[in-house]
Amino acid sequence: MPDKKRKKDLTFAQKLYLPEIFKGLALTFKSMLKPSVTMEYPEVKFVPPAAYRGRPVLVEEKDGTERCVACGLCSRVCPALAIEVQPEETELEKERYPKLFEINMIRCIFCGFCEEVCPEEAIVMSKDYELVFTSREDAIYGKDKLLVPVDQLKDRLEFLRNFK
Amino acid sequence: MSILEIIIITFVKILFIITAMLLTVSYSVYFERRISAWIQTRLGPNRVGWEGILQPFADVFKLLLKEDIVPEKSNKPLHTLAPFIALFVAFSTYAVIPMGPEVTIFGYKVNLVVADVNIGILYVLALTSLGVYGITFAGWSSGSKYSLLGGVRASAQMISYEVSMGFSIAGVVMMASSLSPVAIVNSQYGWMWNAIVQPIGFITFVISAFAETNRLPFDLPEAEPELVGGYHTEYSSMKFASFFLAEYANMIIASAMIVTLYLGGWQVPYIDKLGLGETLTTLIQVGAFFAKIGALIFFFIWVRWSIPRFRYDQLMNIGWKVMFPLSLLNVVWVAVVLMIFN
Repeated sequence: MPDKKRKKDLTFAQKLYLPEIFKGLALTFKSMLKPSVTMEYPEVKFVPPAAYRGRPVLVEEKDGTERCVACGLCSRVCPALAIEVQPEETELEKERYPKLFEINMIRCIFCGFCEEVCPEEAIVMSKDYELVFTSREDAIYGKDKLLVPVDQLKDRLEFLRNFK
Repeated sequence: MSILEIIIITFVKILFIITAMLLTVSYSVYFERRISAWIQTRLGPNRVGWEGILQPFADVFKLLLKEDIVPEKSNKPLHTLAPFIALFVAFSTYAVIPMGPEVTIFGYKVNLVVADVNIGILYVLALTSLGVYGITFAGWSSGSKYSLLGGVRASAQMISYEVSMGFSIAGVVMMASSLSPVAIVNSQYGWMWNAIVQPIGFITFVISAFAETNRLPFDLPEAEPELVGGYHTEYSSMKFASFFLAEYANMIIASAMIVTLYLGGWQVPYIDKLGLGETLTTLIQVGAFFAKIGALIFFFIWVRWSIPRFRYDQLMNIGWKVMFPLSLLNVVWVAVVLMIFN
């Protein structure tokens, strides 16, 4: 290694050791004056960028219906078998809708395959990373928790159109 | 003054010192955590009270409430005795360090030092050497290999650095021609601080003080990556806290010693020429003493979070091959200075 210095390669000042120590002290003193990088969590929350894969959510259209057509691809592709979809017929133009849509958040591994495979852009990864539950039953998210208005997901949908 | 009055005054002084020591020790722990955080661009403890100002009390209560585990294979009497030795030595050293000049309070002439012993410096040296026993006993009595290694390291390190420390002090004693800390402070009038007159002695003393207090870069007795926790691996609860407090108390004593011996103690250069009142002058002088100690404590903490630990052979090399000759050189230097100016 050419950049490794042996003792005889050191200059006199480096051998004296103290000047180098004062250099180090000056460095730490400088970093002491820098602003802190810590976020004080409950008060200040980290807002992730659009590329962040938080918990998967279903897109809720402006008229209050889900975009999902219950094709079951997400359930099929899910490597952790976390998604369960039960389809049913509907009078709407899309003809099918999920009667039951459940994601087991204990199983979910946040891989984003469901979002990738979805032909309707109906299931997307959100920025929500605060997932707390006190029992196994609470961890199974039904449609009530999964449906999120499309306005709140604009960031992610735009990201998907640009990069998917 | 009658005997009773002297006893009462001494008790008040002792009470004041103990309280001040305990508070400064716990707050130096707090500042250690805050300053280390700032150096690493973090925030540090800031939740308990305003800006975490009550954190030391939370820490102490936590340690008091924890279970005290004594290892089965330990030597139990010594295992219990060791933290007491460490703490006792750390606190009793402070008795001879002068905090200010002679003052008159309520008609009594009071020296701002618990005991104006005429061999005070020897007393401090003797007690700090005793401090090794606390650590070595702790290491040996725990019945654990890591503790033993830590204890052995501590004793070897402290003996090596005591030599250069003693010789550095010899220079100071020669300047003041007295072993009394009060006389040493008085001899550093104006800008005649020993740090300026004998810079080599100052540097060797400061470095030896770092080694004596087991602070980084010389904290080999507790070197976490190698020895788990060193001599206090097998300690928990308040016994561990005693070692912790003793370490910080030692740091404060080392700062106080550096201030007394080299930085002019409570002296503020040319303050008597400003024509301030006597009370104000005394207050400024006592304040200056504590400010100097505070600055040195900051320096101790700052160095700890800047410099990595020495390897053991490097430590011994520096101790015997660098510090020892340098401190001898300092003695010669002081002798020459005295020859020329007297």
